[in-house]
Amino acid sequence: MPETLSRNSHLSVIESGIEPAAVALQDVVFERQGKALVDGLNLTLSAHGTTVLMGPNGAGKSLTLRIMAGLITPGHGKIRWNGTETLPSQRVALVFQKPVLLRRSVRANLKHALKIYGVPRSEQGQRLEELLEMGHLKELADRPARVLSGGEQQRVALVRALAARPKLLLLDEPTASLDPQATAAIEDLIRTAAASGAKVLLVTHDRGQAQRLADEIVFLNHGRVTEVTSAAQFFDAPRSREGRTYLSGHLLF
Amino acid sequence: MQDFGAAFGQAFALIAGFDPALMEIIGLSMRVTFTAVVIACVIGLPLGAVLAVGKFPGRATLVVLISALMGLPPVVVGLAVYMMLSAAGPLGVLQLLYTPTAMIIAQSILVTPIIAALTRQVIEDMHGEYDELLRSMGSRRLSTVATLLWDARYSLLTAALAGLGRALAEVGAVMIVGGNINHVTRVMTTAIALETSKGALALALGLGIILVGLSILVNAGLMGLRKSAERLAYA
Repeated sequence: MPETLSRNSHLSVIESGIEPAAVALQDVVFERQGKALVDGLNLTLSAHGTTVLMGPNGAGKSLTLRIMAGLITPGHGKIRWNGTETLPSQRVALVFQKPVLLRRSVRANLKHALKIYGVPRSEQGQRLEELLEMGHLKELADRPARVLSGGEQQRVALVRALAARPKLLLLDEPTASLDPQATAAIEDLIRTAAASGAKVLLVTHDRGQAQRLADEIVFLNHGRVTEVTSAAQFFDAPRSREGRTYLSGHLLF
Repeated sequence: MQDFGAAFGQAFALIAGFDPALMEIIGLSMRVTFTAVVIACVIGLPLGAVLAVGKFPGRATLVVLISALMGLPPVVVGLAVYMMLSAAGPLGVLQLLYTPTAMIIAQSILVTPIIAALTRQVIEDMHGEYDELLRSMGSRRLSTVATLLWDARYSLLTAALAGLGRALAEVGAVMIVGGNINHVTRVMTTAIALETSKGALALALGLGIILVGLSILVNAGLMGLRKSAERLAYA
């Protein structure tokens, strides 16, 4: 039986360099209709800092996030989490490109999240106020979440993810359809999350955003990692041919 | 045609005069139907939601079965409940036959599949939208069902309305298990059937007009509730 990503799977400790690894993917393969969309992916993420996942459309970036979030099970390969034997699911939070908010007020959306994440009832009120504060959502707290603007909705979605106090925050193009001001607000929240110790893994096509936020760039093409480079080096001189082609604006095949 | 004119006259006279016999019949109709719909909601809403979210063997069969039961003939349900409740039946000792309780039981059986089937549809659509989010949050199956039911609450009003319409309009089941006994189990539909068979067509039609009017009022009220919720954009 292949080892799958289940909440109860036995997970071993991986050491990588000086800093312990938060998560490591080993030879992960995910196929759909006979086509390998994630094709032998190897990736080790350190426990802190912001890693930006870049690559052309169809490279498998979103799938990689979904595999890490436990939403899909890879056909082959292993995922290993550091430290704990089992991964408490709420320590990994995922923010989607298009926010999915419940048909309730902003406050009720956050309250629902705190409840699902198992925050004790006595602490919920205080945590709720902190989250509203963090997302600058106080004035919007009692508005129905679904009538907010795209930027406000994404702020709610991101703050809701932070309600989990995640160890690993996965962000799938969170600002792809937002204006510069809303994007800046989201980036501030991402910085706050990273500063509070969460590992951030961000998928983006926005080169400026990657430069502003990334400590490290992981470049993906055809479901494989072509390079893992520090952000400074990647934007100066990417090591892989695919990375160079992508940055110069040519099409990758 | 003069029957129609007379019917409106009769209907008006009955309402204007607050005819006590009529009020009793309307009261019982409402009590039986509303109780049956509440019971059907208590069973049908979670059942429909579990069918929408759950993955278990026999699920597809159950979905087909419940959809098919939406068209259950009231007379057949009445007959089945009659056989259960009659003195010789397994539940005969309860002596429920020809009581409003028997009518509520029959109508609950009639309405539950309607509410369950419509709930499944509504919840399945919403689950498609919420599934990845709730799973990524680590929501357990039971809280997922609760979340979906709450967020679909205004759409589910439509399911309850469909059940209400069915229960308010049917005559076969309540006739068989209730017996149309004056002052005990006579409701709007059985009264209309009785007056028609006696040849009092104007009175029967007058009662019919009142029944349709009540149905419109109840629907308008619940629809208004839904619309105001939509204006708040929760839906």
